[in-house]
Amino acid sequence: MRFQLTGDQLALRDGVRAVLARRFGGEALRAAVDDPRLDRALWRELGAAGFFSLRVPEARGGVGLGLPEAVLVFEEAGRVLLPGPLLATHLAADVVPGAAEGEVVVADVDPGGLVEWLEEADVVRGDATGAVALKSVDPLTPLHRAPGAHARAADPVAVLLTAAEQLGTATRVCELAVQHARAREQFGQPIGAFQAVKHLCAQMLVRAETARAAVYAAAVTADPVDIAAARLLADEAAERGARDCVQVHGGMGFTWECEVQLHLKRAWVRARRGGGGAESEELLAVDLLA
Amino acid sequence: MDLAYTPEEEEFRARLREWLAKALPTLPPKPSPQDWPGRRAYDLGWQRMLYDAGYAHVHWDASPTTRLIFLEETETAGAPYVGAGFVGLLHAGPTIAAEGTPEQRERWLPPILRGEEVWCQGFSEPDAGSDLAALRTRARRDGDDYVVTGSKIWTSHAEVADWCELLVRTDPAAPKHRGISWLAMPMSAPGVVVRPLRTLAGSAEFAEVFLDEVRVPVANRVGEENDGWRVTMVTLSFERGTAFVGEVVACRRVLGELARTARENGRWDDAVLRRRLGRLNAEFRALWRLTQWNVSAAEASGGVPGVGGSVFKLRYSHARQELFDAAAEVLGAESLDLEQSWVLERLSSLSYTIAAGTSQIQRNIVAERVLGLPKGR
Repeated sequence: MRFQLTGDQLALRDGVRAVLARRFGGEALRAAVDDPRLDRALWRELGAAGFFSLRVPEARGGVGLGLPEAVLVFEEAGRVLLPGPLLATHLAADVVPGAAEGEVVVADVDPGGLVEWLEEADVVRGDATGAVALKSVDPLTPLHRAPGAHARAADPVAVLLTAAEQLGTATRVCELAVQHARAREQFGQPIGAFQAVKHLCAQMLVRAETARAAVYAAAVTADPVDIAAARLLADEAAERGARDCVQVHGGMGFTWECEVQLHLKRAWVRARRGGGGAESEELLAVDLLA
Repeated sequence: MDLAYTPEEEEFRARLREWLAKALPTLPPKPSPQDWPGRRAYDLGWQRMLYDAGYAHVHWDASPTTRLIFLEETETAGAPYVGAGFVGLLHAGPTIAAEGTPEQRERWLPPILRGEEVWCQGFSEPDAGSDLAALRTRARRDGDDYVVTGSKIWTSHAEVADWCELLVRTDPAAPKHRGISWLAMPMSAPGVVVRPLRTLAGSAEFAEVFLDEVRVPVANRVGEENDGWRVTMVTLSFERGTAFVGEVVACRRVLGELARTARENGRWDDAVLRRRLGRLNAEFRALWRLTQWNVSAAEASGGVPGVGGSVFKLRYSHARQELFDAAAEVLGAESLDLEQSWVLERLSSLSYTIAAGTSQIQRNIVAERVLGLPKGR
């Protein structure tokens, strides 16, 4: 048993991190918030880098990697809050022509009836008839609600990759909190020297690392029950982590300028996607009687 | 990243499983929790069986994965846990193996492995619990002996122990982390008095140990004089490494029993309770994966247990309490009946966020050693 990242997986993660840092760093994030439109050039670059075709077999022109690699890539995308219907386009890569290359932007009607990035999409999967725009809580994720959507079980791969994005947020907000706690001084010392702040940060790490083990294991087994567990813990790690990160930032954390708000709001949007909350809990409850 | 075991590991698992199936039915009946001599005999007997079958060493020199398999299989089969052998096998033993002289290893290690001697841990004191290094038990040198005076507390198995791994202050003038030495003290030495402590669960799990001018040979000191803090730290992480593997397996079994009980008594129809059990399933599955992750990390780093143990202990100790709180929901009125094993488990789970470093201390460790936050108040 070697339940650790392989050399290839580490290289993939670092490579993706480098591309995203170059192409979607802090300034790009700010610019995107001010002008939340889909960057088509970036979308094509992601396509060229294999973001969407990652799990498509090589014989069909894809990269031919598996769920563990997809999880690592989506975790990195989650860390930097990469905008766009990344998950929907990735899931369509082998089905909708042009999606794999990033030429075609695909949106998806979630089992819960939400559609992300409907107006920017070239192709919409699912029934979006009569969709109504919401004033989205997340400035980087335009949302519609589709009244005609029928409740259905969520696709386990979508549930898992959402968990991976949440893991990225959980990790990132812990980093942001620690950075701030080391730099910000009050009462003559860094606030990170105070146990009250220290313990918030420690709990953020504990939640993120527990979620990480669950998400990576679910990527290896691809078992729907493992995936449900991973999703529950990753949602919790992201939402509570972002909330605690706001708390560590104090008054700054309550401002528009602070990056944390974007993480919290995105975590809320992702948590609403199908397969979270009650759905996963019921699945895991039934599993206990198996 | 994979979760598959090697053919050698699978072979170890198969052989162990086969042996357990034959060995466990030959075990004598389990003694009552209050029967200390009975528990000592039972636990040592089990260790002797492991020794004879070639499994005695597994805590010491098997790979972390092999140890994981051992703990998983023994728990799944319902085998006894280390019990009275805990300190010897998981703490004093590894300490002596790492820091002792050849004579010390020869004297103390074989009886631990063969299940002949029980050790207890003389670390905590009434005024030095979480602040372990504040300990005040004095050891004054007198010829070839140390003369030890002071008291220890929370000493599990003290009533039936043969030896105590004892931390004493040998240089009161030194800064508190220095000036400490590690001694092996015979519990039969004149001047040692043991007084059992009754826990909130009503049982006598541990004791106070009073030391009045107890003579311990200098030859019983492991490591250099005044170097006992370092000697102790070498092995403390053992406790926080894979020590809870069997317990996580047991918690997952309890969770299944809870669900079945809830289905039988009608509580399963309560969606809030059912979802709570579902969430606990996620929790303990994740803790199992975290264990596998930490074990693989230890394997990759040459078997050294890392700070991942603190992350695990923090999460697990609280999850265990939530599990038995949920059990109380399932039991309803019966959750107030001490005859119910889950009720005793609920009470004893309170110790998990205190023993072996409180959650507050663990959070400091995680914040300072993993996240690099500054030391402070």
